Formats: sequence, C-alpha cells, structure tokens
Amino acid sequence: MIRVQQGDFNITDEYQALLTKNDCGAVVTFVGRVRDFGGDGIPFLLQYYPGMTENVLASIEKEALRRWPLLASTIIHRVGELNVDDQIVFVGVSSAHRKAAFQACEFMIDVLKTQAPFWKKEGAHWVDAKDTDQQAAGTWLNSTKD
Amino acid sequence: MNSDNASEDNASINILYFASLAESLGCECESFNLACEKVSVADLKQQLAARGEQWQRLINAPSTRCAVNQSLAEDEQVLASNDEVAFFPPVTGG
Repeated sequence: MIRVQQGDFNITDEYQALLTKNDCGAVVTFVGRVRDFGGDGIPFLLQYYPGMTENVLASIEKEALRRWPLLASTIIHRVGELNVDDQIVFVGVSSAHRKAAFQACEFMIDVLKTQAPFWKKEGAHWVDAKDTDQQAAGTWLNSTKD
Repeated sequence: MNSDNASEDNASINILYFASLAESLGCECESFNLACEKVSVADLKQQLAARGEQWQRLINAPSTRCAVNQSLAEDEQVLASNDEVAFFPPVTGG
C-alpha cells in the first residue's frame, strides 16, 4: 500500500494494518524523521512530482514483493511543510520470518531515497543528495535477486 | 496547456521543472512546440540549453534527470505530441 500525504501517520495503526491472519511471524517498520540539518529549527518543505512519485513508490513495493515472501507492505511519505522531529516517512512489512522482513524494509527505504521524486528544502536551501544514499541503493539494485 | 494555434501540425509537449531546477530557471512548467518530427530528449535538451548559460549548465548537468510521461528517460527517447517531459535534480526524500 502506497500513500503520499500531507498529514501525519500513526505507527500503531500502521502496525495493525500489516498484521495478517495467517503465519505473520515478523513485522519490521521504519520511521524516518526530519533532522535539524542547519541547527536552526527552520521548517522543511517537501516537494514531489504528483503521479510519478506514486508510480515509483508502487514499483519499489512491487520489486520488494517479487524479491521476498512478504504478507503485507506499506510505504507512506509526507509532503508539504514539515518541522524538525516530524515523522516524514514510514516503511513497514510483514512476513513469516524476520530475515525477509528486515531485508525488504531496508531495501524499500534505501531505494526510495534515491529513486522516488521528493525534494527537501530547508528555508531557502535545497538539500543536496548524498553519495552514501546512492551507494546504499546501489548495493540492492546491483544484486538483482531472482 | 491551451495553445492558441492548436493546429494538428503543431505538436506540442508539456515540460515540468522541479525543485532547485525550477527555481534557478525561473520556470515550473511550459508548453513547448516540437518544430519537427522525431525530436529526441537529446534534441530537446539542446534546444533548451540554447536559451542561455544558466539553461545550458543546468539542463546538461550530469546529475539532472529527465522523465517522459513519468518514467525516467534516456537521451535517445523520441518525443510525441502531448508527452509530459520533466527535468529534476537528484532526489532527496526519505
């Protein structure tokens, strides 16, 4: 399930939504929060590309479902104005076993960070992309697990 | 996207610019007439780059990405009338 929204999300609700009736032995969730890059607490603006952003998130989820035996998955990304310490992104998966759940969750957030069209602006400054994010995603994308 | 002279010979596309790119170019979207047939992404970039130093630098920057109809596109891709082309800087979500 994919959601791009302005409003906040509730982790308890999202956890519940990942639980399936049968064989749901492991749930892994990740929450990304807004950091105070400049140390001055200036609000962030999150821009996105309506249409393409949802398509890219859906394809990331689809690829995770292809690579691992998942029971359910969720990606939520917030847009618009956000403040330091706000929740910004949620990735959650459920599976029979923990290994698939851990790996799929990490895969989805790593790939999201380099492929999903979102841009952060802190005050008047657009945040630069990081090489370490590229490397993290590259590790997954170069291993096309069948 | 309402062009005044919407004749059938006049194939036009919609171009979107995002984030720092939109800000530096002073343009978020525009309608663009494809002067001839078989215009590729590379041809389009060449025409946009001819607008000035800033355009040349940003449109041709190796980090600038291009999408056609909301999928990442290579320079060789040929554009068609009513295509939605987007240019944007590296993404920074998550």
